Amino acid sequence: MYDVAIVGCGVIGAAAAYYLSMYDLKILVLEKENDIAMGATRANSAIIHAGYDPEPGTLMARLNVRGCEMAKDLCYKLSVPYRQCGSLVLAFSAAEDETVKMLYDRGVQNGVKGMMILTAEEVHEMEPQVSDQVTSALYAPSAGIVNPWEYALAFAEVAVLNGVELYRNSEVTDIRKTEKGFEINAGKNTFESRFVINSAGVDSAFVHEMVADRSFTVKPSKGSYYLMDKCECARANHVLFQCPSEKGKGVLVSPTVHGNLIVGPDAEPSKDMHRVNTTAASLSYVKSAAAKSVPGIDYRNAIRNFAGMRANTDQSDFVIGFAAPGFLDLAGIKSPGLTSAPAIGEEAVKLLKEAGLELVPKVSPVQTRKKLRFKELSEDEKCAAIAKNPLYGRVICRCETITEGEIVDAIRSPIPPVSVDGIKRRAGTGMGRCQGGFCGPRVLEILARELEIDPKQVLKDQAGSYILADETKTGGMRV
Amino acid sequence: MKYELIVIGGGPAGLAAAVSAYQNGLRRIAIIERDLQAGGILNQCIHNGFGLHRFHEELSGPEYAGRFIDMLPGTSIQLFTDTMGLEITKDKRVHCVSAKQGYQVYEAESIVLAMGCRERTRGAIGIPGDRPSGVFTAGAAQRYLNIEGYMVGRRVLILGSGDIGLIMARRMTLEGAKVLACVEVMPYSCGLSRNIAQCLNDFDIPLYLSHTVTDIRMKNGRLSGCTVSRVDEKRMPVPGTEMDFDCDTLLLSVGLIPENELTRSAGIEIDRRTNGPVVHENMETQMEGVFACGNVVHVHDLVDYVSAESERAGRAAAQYVLNGEASGECITLRNGACVSYTVPQLIRPDNVEKAAEVFFRVNRIFSASRVSVYSNDQLIAQYKREHMAPGEMERIQLPKALLDKADGEITVACEEA
Repeated sequence: MYDVAIVGCGVIGAAAAYYLSMYDLKILVLEKENDIAMGATRANSAIIHAGYDPEPGTLMARLNVRGCEMAKDLCYKLSVPYRQCGSLVLAFSAAEDETVKMLYDRGVQNGVKGMMILTAEEVHEMEPQVSDQVTSALYAPSAGIVNPWEYALAFAEVAVLNGVELYRNSEVTDIRKTEKGFEINAGKNTFESRFVINSAGVDSAFVHEMVADRSFTVKPSKGSYYLMDKCECARANHVLFQCPSEKGKGVLVSPTVHGNLIVGPDAEPSKDMHRVNTTAASLSYVKSAAAKSVPGIDYRNAIRNFAGMRANTDQSDFVIGFAAPGFLDLAGIKSPGLTSAPAIGEEAVKLLKEAGLELVPKVSPVQTRKKLRFKELSEDEKCAAIAKNPLYGRVICRCETITEGEIVDAIRSPIPPVSVDGIKRRAGTGMGRCQGGFCGPRVLEILARELEIDPKQVLKDQAGSYILADETKTGGMRV
Repeated sequence: MKYELIVIGGGPAGLAAAVSAYQNGLRRIAIIERDLQAGGILNQCIHNGFGLHRFHEELSGPEYAGRFIDMLPGTSIQLFTDTMGLEITKDKRVHCVSAKQGYQVYEAESIVLAMGCRERTRGAIGIPGDRPSGVFTAGAAQRYLNIEGYMVGRRVLILGSGDIGLIMARRMTLEGAKVLACVEVMPYSCGLSRNIAQCLNDFDIPLYLSHTVTDIRMKNGRLSGCTVSRVDEKRMPVPGTEMDFDCDTLLLSVGLIPENELTRSAGIEIDRRTNGPVVHENMETQMEGVFACGNVVHVHDLVDYVSAESERAGRAAAQYVLNGEASGECITLRNGACVSYTVPQLIRPDNVEKAAEVFFRVNRIFSASRVSVYSNDQLIAQYKREHMAPGEMERIQLPKALLDKADGEITVACEEA
């Protein structure tokens, strides 16, 4: 019998697991994919929003501002790449100048600190490549950028170190109310738990309806992005938003924590909430919309395009609350969900406590995570790292300077990856301009060696994504 | 330890440059190679056709590389394998890392850049669609087949008619895969004519010119099909021309990009047209004592020419170390009509013995035609050609006497005869 079962391990489920794992509880996390952070968490704008967007008084307003405040210390403690680069909301007309003022007032009401309204000249001083059509901007210095999947991985890895049990490849197919709590069918197993947290992202309405009547509907909205080579990074020093409209926050241009430039997203209502394909139309829209903010982006330097699915609902706010006694929804977590994640995690602990979960703090729980990133070390530190483990001296991913030592670290981490992309999310291999063309085969080889599996079993990403079909007639140089 | 010459990259370019520098009098030479053995991409090119110009016989890639690797034991050239060059500083210090040696900083009197090139990816050409497994650059697939011994798929579509893609069409077919088609966005093929004949035509693999892949679909995580559309003159897909291919593998052979991250780290000027460093007649970059050769300068069709160019670079590095910097007035080479780039971009006539060799590519197909060389709008030389194509590198010799007449700049242009 578990105390809490968490359904879905994106950044929200992971954050809830992290905060709950600080207490003496028996916690279960169920994830339907073969890795965590496989939904909206892995494909989004990677922004820590300051918190001037949400309507004052909403959960979104409170949790966004709180999450933004928490991000810096948390990312430092958990060794998650984060940079407080600040954001600008650009106005291009008199009407949008008014929107900027409105957002400023809203930000003040929401408790956002340090905001300023900038003139066009001030904007150009901070952002020389912004369009000369800009008329004013809202500057929010507390906004930042983060590595979203590492945020989730860090939460989940620490939770696992604190005893949380994570089951992957375990799609929840049924939840039944019992006398003591809930009985959950997931994968081939049945679990029992006193409390259930529903953090199933785009599937959260489906999970909700296993125990309660329909109270919200997921309206998935797909957003497409371009990721640009590092040589384009000087296009933006801050997160550059356009004024929000009824369609959402609009297309942004932003640096990433990896030193690239990200451009997107559009907002396309989606029929198939699990299909995150890009289309020629969506990509072309993103290009033309971004040109309004930064006209000079050279798309010959694109290194990737991708799409993510927002777990939007028919509700204007996050859906956070008990759907039935003991069953807590953390659902409809759309933007600013990534920013709000740690605050939502704290909130979940508070709500479960109010609902009768006894919280006894662990004696000395793990709270931090350390990670060696070879390329960020000084020369002396590099020497020392290689002396300790020669594998740090072998560069596997040449674009991003990721060593075999870091790949092996990832494979031996608390949530071992089972795919080449799983290594990518943990170690950063294949993130660069060759997109894994050179390092892919070597990562595959290391993964097979360390996991002691046949190379043919190594996946690119999700279940079924095999890379090697068969052996050649002669088996190459292996014979 | 201070080296007279450090060569970055132990592929065909780096090997030839190092050996040539040794033959021209240098003794303290090091090659920095990131792979476990020297030879570069040739090691996975197990087909024949290498060395016809250089050795007057048909060799496989590993055999061709072997000819140069076998020259090393008789020299004092040190080969550091499994070693990655991380940075080159302006004062010619090379920062490297390896499992064996740890983090090292080597000083050099001269440097030859020979890092080769990488393949353009799906992201660079922006193909929309799902993100399944089964999409490979042709070179990555070649490594899996020829080095690791694994098939990457059974039903294959190839985008781009670059040589690696064509070679892989044949290779996959011989391994029992069904290669459905080769799709090329340009109205002409980008590979060598001999590869079109021997790798596509001989196996009845259709080539769709002026077509491209416009959608990629996934089933259970793996590629399940591609949509191919015809493109107009602006290379934009034409609605209504879609064809569906039921394939589990898409190989991309859509161009090569010189790998100049280290070049940039040293602050050396890059030519936007070649994506390689701007070089002089002796392959010296804009930084004194730093030379470059092979695919890091511009993408070659034939390794034989890489070797020749690299031998010039090695010889020039030796002359620089032993005799000092080459001097003299500099002529700038400009691209005239239908020429997409030239290498070198700069020529110092005082540093040319008999003639300077100029490589270039045309940006469209030519039948009977002329290569015209102008200096300040004055025609100073003309060369006849029967056929020219973007996929085949052209070269001309500019005699020293002619260079001496040129005034500051030279323009190379191509026109129909």
